[in-house]
Amino acid sequence: MYDFTYHRPTSVADAVALLGSDVDAKALAGGQTFIPVLKQRLNKPSKVVDLAGLGLAGISLSGNALVIGATTRHAAVAGSADVRRAIPGLAALAGGIGDNQVRHRGTIGGSLANNDPAACYPSAVLALGATIITNKRRIAADDFFQGMFSTALEPGEIITSVSFPLPVEKSAYAKFNQPASRFALVGVFVAKGVAGVRVAVTGAGQNGVFRQTAMEAALTASWSPDAVAAIKTSAADLNGDIHGSAEYRAHLITVMAKRAIAAAG
Amino acid sequence: MGFEGIGAAVKRKEDGRFLAGRGNYVDDINRPGQVYAYFKRSDRPHARILRIDTAAAAAAAGVVAVYTGADFAADGIGGLPCGWQIHNKDGSPMAEPPHPVLAQGKVRHVGDPVVAVLAETRQQAKDAAELIEIDYEDLPGTASVLDALKPGAAVVHDEAPGNLCYDWQIGDKAAVDAAFAGAARVVRLDLTNNRLVPNAMEPRAAIGECDVAGNYTLYTTSQNPHVIRLLMGAFVLHIPEHQLRVVAPDVGGGFGSKIYHYAEEALVTWAAGKLKRPVKWTAERSESFMSDAHGRDHVSTAEMALDAEGHFLALRVSTLANMGAYLSTFAPAVPTYLYATLLAGVYKTPVIYAEVKAVFTNTVPVDAYRGAGRPEATFLLERLVDAIAHDTGIDRIELRRRNFIPANAFPYQTPVALQYDSGDYETTLAAALKAADYAGFPARRQAAAAQGKLRGIGISTYLEACGIAPSAVAGALGARAGLYEVANVRVNPTGSITVFTGTHSHGQGHETTFAQVVADQLGVPVSQVDVVHGDTARIPFGMGTYGSRSIAVGGSALVKAMDKIVAKGKRIAAHLLEASVDDIEFKDGKFSVAGTDKSKTFGEIALTAYVPHNYPIEELEPGLDETAFYDPKNFTFPGGCHVAEVEIDRETGVVRVVNFTAVDDIGRVINPMIVEGQVHGGVAQGIGQALLEQAGYDAGGQIVSGSFMDYTMPRADNIPNIHVGTESTLCTHNPLGVKGVGEVGAIGSPPAVINAIVNALDAYGVRHLDMPATSQKIWSILQAGAPRMAAE
Repeated sequence: MYDFTYHRPTSVADAVALLGSDVDAKALAGGQTFIPVLKQRLNKPSKVVDLAGLGLAGISLSGNALVIGATTRHAAVAGSADVRRAIPGLAALAGGIGDNQVRHRGTIGGSLANNDPAACYPSAVLALGATIITNKRRIAADDFFQGMFSTALEPGEIITSVSFPLPVEKSAYAKFNQPASRFALVGVFVAKGVAGVRVAVTGAGQNGVFRQTAMEAALTASWSPDAVAAIKTSAADLNGDIHGSAEYRAHLITVMAKRAIAAAG
Repeated sequence: MGFEGIGAAVKRKEDGRFLAGRGNYVDDINRPGQVYAYFKRSDRPHARILRIDTAAAAAAAGVVAVYTGADFAADGIGGLPCGWQIHNKDGSPMAEPPHPVLAQGKVRHVGDPVVAVLAETRQQAKDAAELIEIDYEDLPGTASVLDALKPGAAVVHDEAPGNLCYDWQIGDKAAVDAAFAGAARVVRLDLTNNRLVPNAMEPRAAIGECDVAGNYTLYTTSQNPHVIRLLMGAFVLHIPEHQLRVVAPDVGGGFGSKIYHYAEEALVTWAAGKLKRPVKWTAERSESFMSDAHGRDHVSTAEMALDAEGHFLALRVSTLANMGAYLSTFAPAVPTYLYATLLAGVYKTPVIYAEVKAVFTNTVPVDAYRGAGRPEATFLLERLVDAIAHDTGIDRIELRRRNFIPANAFPYQTPVALQYDSGDYETTLAAALKAADYAGFPARRQAAAAQGKLRGIGISTYLEACGIAPSAVAGALGARAGLYEVANVRVNPTGSITVFTGTHSHGQGHETTFAQVVADQLGVPVSQVDVVHGDTARIPFGMGTYGSRSIAVGGSALVKAMDKIVAKGKRIAAHLLEASVDDIEFKDGKFSVAGTDKSKTFGEIALTAYVPHNYPIEELEPGLDETAFYDPKNFTFPGGCHVAEVEIDRETGVVRVVNFTAVDDIGRVINPMIVEGQVHGGVAQGIGQALLEQAGYDAGGQIVSGSFMDYTMPRADNIPNIHVGTESTLCTHNPLGVKGVGEVGAIGSPPAVINAIVNALDAYGVRHLDMPATSQKIWSILQAGAPRMAAE
């Protein structure tokens, strides 16, 4: 990696000030994407601002929302009794990200801010109609994801937490691994909650996570795997690579949706 | 002490330091005043180098030197040698184009080293490398052998027109053609063997050092330090052997990829001589993908002539083997003498003819990788046998039995040069089928079908040749080295023993197995035996570890050296016990006078040898230290039967290996626990090849799977519990009766897995499937056709 200065602020305001002081400053959350990128010299930050000292980790359950702090590790989400009870599909999703080491370093805020088109979390956030809370505002999931590696975050804006509305009646995630990286070749999160029935697909779309609205309509009418079995997704807007053509991904969306619905019960 | 000799599952002595992170790998070594080398490599498959401007890099902070191919040319350094010469059908030698240390004139593959930057820190070397300007004129490139042989294809080397390295043959073509002309039936199969990246856990690394007197030391991740000393010293840098020490300390896996002499070794040694400072280089993982020799990459056609009962009458094979952009050290031998000579397999096919074209392409050089040629031969043969069963309707087990070389036919001369000394293929087959509950498979298949899964079972009855190699035979076949092995047994005055072996352990556990052989023969505890390897300054000589040769060749040398120890010990004992040498027996660590209770322990004899107060000093030298060179009389021929059982998810195409059984004849077993581990590792790599691994290139030679994000290594959850069994016949020509186990797992397993998948897909009319059997490939097959009632 290239040389940079390392900063570990203890307040959001200080972090924002550091990030705002230099266009080449970069925020570090869990670093599970960022550190490999640095090691490959694909990014040359002037400053690395570590968010670990901001006190943003933690999970809190209130009557109408589950709020997960931005620097909460995947392993904490997977292991949280509150998450498992309130939104079991979210806990299961977090428990299937990467490997054990990744889950003990990676954070929900880092994953969302990066918006890797093959990341797992965006599908849950979109399907559950969550709200991304930053130091400046509250952003609905529908407005947050803006294409591959692109989000509504502005310069100097830091995710502080993510709020999932409750109650969630049903939730589950089914992921088909890209065999080498084990990111999602296709991941489908299905949910029935405050935002209604939602089906969000990650891994497959050229523009990152998206909602499969035809499946949502079918599931609203009848919540069962059979309801989506015949619903196909057009391959036109999907990714294709050495691990799976767009057509294969389109097919897997239906298969993973069926499995998620079955898992959600 | 419990039993620790041959056959005991002794825990590995070396594992304590490995598990505690106390190994001593090359990258753990740091020399005073060392500088760091970083290689600027070609990022394009094929291009002419128009200009290299290193001025800014040379002026950058911390930079000590910047070298290009021109510096080697100016120094009269030719390039990396090839250790094996193959001859064309017409008797002319193969094309052997130069393999410069740093590219000269052209780059020929992504990863080809172009400039070396040496700096005070690794970071500075890397920073400076970014300041190098290289102007390239891109040339068309090729990655596949089929493209490279097309008329008008871009020529990788002017010395090899048409990209042909050699066009070689073996066997009696006329007899084979005649047999085909009279055959009742001919079955043909076209197949490929996928290119693999070895991916040893430890990346390659090297440190060169030179003292003021011109004595060089190279620390390197090598499976054969003496071979590197010979190749680099004599053929590349012209350093006399007494002034070149090569140390290969703990090495974290090789699988063949660390046999070869690499450019980076030559550079750090040469530069250390120039700078009189140690030069260190450690590969990054991305460099490993583009610079460690790859494995496999064959395109073949196989045809079997059959009589009406399915007896094999003749085999005809035509193979195109990808050499990559340059000839790696042993590359030419892999698709010839390690491949085509194995095409008889376990079958009594009376005549065989094979022709092999080796082809240059704009890819990383290809050389031996776990199994080296034998997995390719086994995959071809065992897939062909299943295709014959498919086409003729003869049961695949019965077809194999009908054509097996029977157990009473040994020694058995094959039509492709090799003479098998021992084997019993029916016994390993029967044991494997029993252990795998082959008979119960239909019920398991039915149960799987009820769950919506397609279940298949496949077998492979394989044979390999290892224990490489009788030197005279290897030499006659083009080897430029002998392939004997060396052991020095040093009995210390208090009776402990240090063994110096020319083999090299990079995961195999020699420190334990070799100690067990000593414990068995000399009656000392394993804890009293230290096994030293990997240092040309300490070991008399040796050819290293590859081709499952260590116990068969190195172990035999060890036995020969111990025989000398015992013979001398008897003479000392005879003196002490006032008996005739002929009356001294050595057993269980004691020298005794036959028929009496008079005896001396091994320790007493050792002490006497070094404190020769009461000693036959007139006729016997003091000391107890013996060396033996052992040149094998023949190859060894492990074989056996692997059974794979798979389940396919109809919806996704995902294949899961649910059961795997390996019953191998590896000769005498020294340590059954280590044998099991070797088979596990080999099978894991074989399953990786069959299902997951593919070194991907686009048509022009750009790498598309250059990291673990895209190259699928097998992981624990891809591998089932593996049942390992052994059914041994003993090797008849080495003193331990051993055959070798390092490669059997990787050789026997890929066709078993693919045969199982084809079996699972029989209702879909599938006859063959190339590796890797990815989920997308299987899904495409499932999409293409609804199940048919019967194949064809």
